[in-house]
Amino acid sequence: MTSTNMARAQLEKGEEAIIEFNDVNKWYGDFHVLKNINFSIKKGERIVVCGPSGSGKSTMTRCINRLEEHQKGTILVDGVEMNNNLKNIEAIRKDVGMVFQHFNLFPHLTILENLTLAPIWVRKQPKKQAEEMAMHYLERVKIANQALKYPGQLSGGQQQRVAIARGLCMQPRIMLFDEPTSALDPEMIKEVLDVMVQLAEEGMTMVCVTHEMGFAKTVADRVVFMDAGEIVEANEPHEFFDNPQHDRTQMFLSQILNH
Amino acid sequence: MAIEFKPSPSLPPPVNSVGAVAWVRQNLLSSPLNVFLTLFSVYVMYLLIPPVVEWGFVNATFTGASKAECTAGGACWAFVGVYFKQFMYGLYPSEETWRINLALIALVILIGVFAVKTVNKLYLSLVIILVYPVVAYFLFAGGVFGLEVVETSLWGGLFLTTLLGVVGIVASLPLGVLLALGRQSNMPIAKSVCIVFIETIRAVPLITILFMASVMIPLFLPEGMNFNKLLRVLIGITLFSAAYMAEVIRGGLQAIPKGQYEAADAMGLTYWQSMILVILPQALKLVIPGIVNTFIGLFKDTTLVYIVGMFDLLGRIQAATHDSSWLGTTIEGYAFAGFVYWAACFGMSRYSMRIERKLETGHKRN
Repeated sequence: MTSTNMARAQLEKGEEAIIEFNDVNKWYGDFHVLKNINFSIKKGERIVVCGPSGSGKSTMTRCINRLEEHQKGTILVDGVEMNNNLKNIEAIRKDVGMVFQHFNLFPHLTILENLTLAPIWVRKQPKKQAEEMAMHYLERVKIANQALKYPGQLSGGQQQRVAIARGLCMQPRIMLFDEPTSALDPEMIKEVLDVMVQLAEEGMTMVCVTHEMGFAKTVADRVVFMDAGEIVEANEPHEFFDNPQHDRTQMFLSQILNH
Repeated sequence: MAIEFKPSPSLPPPVNSVGAVAWVRQNLLSSPLNVFLTLFSVYVMYLLIPPVVEWGFVNATFTGASKAECTAGGACWAFVGVYFKQFMYGLYPSEETWRINLALIALVILIGVFAVKTVNKLYLSLVIILVYPVVAYFLFAGGVFGLEVVETSLWGGLFLTTLLGVVGIVASLPLGVLLALGRQSNMPIAKSVCIVFIETIRAVPLITILFMASVMIPLFLPEGMNFNKLLRVLIGITLFSAAYMAEVIRGGLQAIPKGQYEAADAMGLTYWQSMILVILPQALKLVIPGIVNTFIGLFKDTTLVYIVGMFDLLGRIQAATHDSSWLGTTIEGYAFAGFVYWAACFGMSRYSMRIERKLETGHKRN
């Protein structure tokens, strides 16, 4: 990999990294899914990860909170190394919120209970305080009036906004989004993206796997393009879209933008 | 100019698609085959019901002191009447049976208190699970507060059946949950222990386990270190149904989407927190029919304790039919046993359906 196209994958000196990948490798059996990932994200940065399916972008993101385990290299999250130590895993997960493609709300709990579960059991907050905070975040994602319903009674877009609020209730320092709009009807994508844009404007550190290039252009600080388990290119959005360095990036962009 | 969109009003359904006539048409007479089946069923009912009613009610004898007094040609319910106390309590001393009734009433009241909204359900559950069994045990066995000691060998009848069933059910569910979780665990030792246990128990008939419990274990235990036969049988029944329960619950665990486990993990919940708060409530709800199936099977399997010399409801009835003054009352005895078992199992089945409806939260998938 040349130094030019990787220039912005590493941080410049003096910038404080909140997530660091050092030579991270991962295999599924014989399949080498992540190859020598070197990548740093600084506090408050908004990163959009894109690439064809099977390129390892979800896997890389899920390594940050160990929904996937890497086999080689190190991942540091907020100074804590992600390894087999349960204490470290718990410490990192407390600080990292996650939003999934299929929402993964807990269907047997009401919206309010979904939001207060982790604050009460992981952060040991009193119930009343957790509920107040939950209502605060539900208002921010504009569904406070649905607090006592069950997830099955909400539309996909509403469920995904609840999922974002649920992540925020743990007051994380980092939010991970794994294709948050891919399972939504076109009409509902916007309401979810609006919430994410608002979150980005408030300075949350975000790592977002998405195919929404419009979102990448307006919100991202850096866009990361992955293919075949490698980071092919990482750059500021205007550079990335207007002046892609790599052939593979150009091909990908021409395919998703020209229609 | 913009045209305002107004949805058209809803219309009522056509008259011939609602009401009793429509129901009959739809369910009984919808096709030639259905017409035939309906008529056939009516004919079978005509053949069966009148003789049964005649035998069981019209020509039946309800009072009397021996079979000889049942002369009407129908059922001899006097037999059940005379032996009723024994069928219910076995050989438990009749002046002490109030202790069993009291324990039963207390249990009904405790469960009834669940419906009261202001009660702390956690404390109430703890009382029912931890305090009640101890109190009930001393009430049944006696030996404290001046209660007369009643040997467990005298316990019998429906009392024993219920005791075996309830203890088996209450103890096998948590054990089954632990075994199911163990079988899914990443820890190789816990996993192998659970698999070996489940597969071994499932490969052995309950009768064998009961024989082991009542005959073999005392042989292996050192002299003087013996414990109660009822307790051994209870443990055998519990382990047996726990193995089945574990597999039912494992089915539920496997039906929960991976995303639920991941979401719980990502929040930082510990393993036990995510199991107890997220996974098990969903998994258990999914397999309520299977769990109740196991419960019902267990309840009926308790009749096998007859083989190791314990007289439950069926055992008591069988023994009573050998009474020389009531010879020839086997059918009445078994009909009564069948009715009691049916009522209990049907009750469980209906109760489980109620719970399922209550837990329905308007979602089928996530």
